[in-house]
Amino acid sequence: MQALTQKSKPVSREPMSLMEKIYLPAVLKGMSITFSHMFKKKPTVRYPEETRPFSPVFRGLHVLNRDEEGRENCTACGLCAVACPAEAITMEAAERKEGEEHLYREEKYAARYEINMLRCIFCGLCEEACPKDAIYLSETFAPASFARKELVYAKNDLLIPNPKTEPEAFAKAKGLKPIK
Amino acid sequence: MSDQPQLFKVTIDNITIEVAPGTSILEAARKIGGDVAPPAMCFYSKLKGSGGKCRTCLVEVSKGSEKDPRPMPKLVASCRTTVMDGMEVKNITSERVVDARAGVVEFLLLNHPLDCPVCDQAGECHLQDLSYDHGKAGTRYEFQRRTFKKHDLGEYIQLHMTRCILCYRCVFTAEQLTDKRSHGVLDRGDHAEIATYIEKSLDNDFIGNVIDVCPVGALTDKTFRFKNRVWFLKPVDAHCSCSKCSGKVTLWYRGDEVFRVTARKDQWGEVEDWICNECRFEKKKTSDWTIEGPRVIDRASVISQGHYVGVQKPKETFEAVLDGRKPRLFMDIHSVSGVNRPDINLSLIEGPAHSDDFDRVTKKD
Repeated sequence: MQALTQKSKPVSREPMSLMEKIYLPAVLKGMSITFSHMFKKKPTVRYPEETRPFSPVFRGLHVLNRDEEGRENCTACGLCAVACPAEAITMEAAERKEGEEHLYREEKYAARYEINMLRCIFCGLCEEACPKDAIYLSETFAPASFARKELVYAKNDLLIPNPKTEPEAFAKAKGLKPIK
Repeated sequence: MSDQPQLFKVTIDNITIEVAPGTSILEAARKIGGDVAPPAMCFYSKLKGSGGKCRTCLVEVSKGSEKDPRPMPKLVASCRTTVMDGMEVKNITSERVVDARAGVVEFLLLNHPLDCPVCDQAGECHLQDLSYDHGKAGTRYEFQRRTFKKHDLGEYIQLHMTRCILCYRCVFTAEQLTDKRSHGVLDRGDHAEIATYIEKSLDNDFIGNVIDVCPVGALTDKTFRFKNRVWFLKPVDAHCSCSKCSGKVTLWYRGDEVFRVTARKDQWGEVEDWICNECRFEKKKTSDWTIEGPRVIDRASVISQGHYVGVQKPKETFEAVLDGRKPRLFMDIHSVSGVNRPDINLSLIEGPAHSDDFDRVTKKD
């Protein structure tokens, strides 16, 4: 049979030499490699106490943004949903009524906004498509779950905390303070 | 023109075509089709007297005619200039035209708000297409845009004067399609606006057509307002026997709901048949219509996204294997999702949905 690569080595069938017969040098050589790793830098981290830093371009869990007055940026224009290759985003729009100006930035807003995390592939195209700076992919993992129904994220699950009413939670979500 | 057998030879962008005398350059170019046809925001072939206002259809006439081969000194509006025998026209092959058109687009966008994310016309807006195809990315305008309050024209039509580009199409429609015109352009210059005099509502059977002729989102359907984006809807040709109009319409479906009824539009964005208000605003049920088949949408249009034409779905084998029993669903999406709830028919709500429309449903569960 013709060899596929040139890397294969024929097995040596010769009888072992004395050094090979006493085994000890080979054992010591192996142990020295093993113990030398104890003094090297550990490649693992102690998750969950310790986490790795995210890359600034990491695309994680979605966040629906608010402006500095705490109003929702999203106007339900549907560009994120149309850009979504996995068709994970759905929404329903409503008209802002008088007296709701402090809740929504524009006259139209997303009354319902859902991202199906089972479908989402975290490509970030929704973020790119958004004309209103409303959706961002944060530096967080989407939490795992045993139930599929918990992975359809509604607007309340996605919205960033209101900077007016919950400034601390907002700062934490923005990563302005170290998270302990 | 059958008594005049003589046809004029006109060359547009090096393509020669023979047309009847009296044809405008724009119509001759549309006969050739494709990129040769100049864009038009105000001209509407079905409305007499339209055209000549927006200046987007400017073309260069490099040779006036066979008898008088001098070129025309300025760019001319092709919708208002009739062809001459032996005329040579440059549209996209002319640097001057491309430059002038970019300027016209910049002017049209001076006061046009950038509220496409809110506007219901987005996706089928001629100004969007025009600025995408012919405009520049930036504007040099630094001042406040002209704004108006939004205005109700009757109970079905919403007027966003801020978005209007004053093409006068709706005024011509009201004048030529209906017995009595009660809206027009008031004031002059920068203050000019479409308005109904003294809040006269437009109660006329065909006034809904102003929505279809509007090239921008200035006149929109109030029954469809904010209900959905056009590119999430599936257009379907349908007809009904209507005593007032031809009854040939396009239905815009979302699931099983008819969100919107419009007239059928041809490749130039012009309606094929005018439809009456009853067909447009009141027949929002599938049972009112006879479906003909899916509407063919230009592939370049955003409306065609997600319309998987010619898709071959694999045959569902569950029922055959399970002796006719349906497979057990482990998750009904409606038990989890608040969108597209079966107990709320967005299409049947009059006017745009509000927070209480959704709250009412939330309280139920």
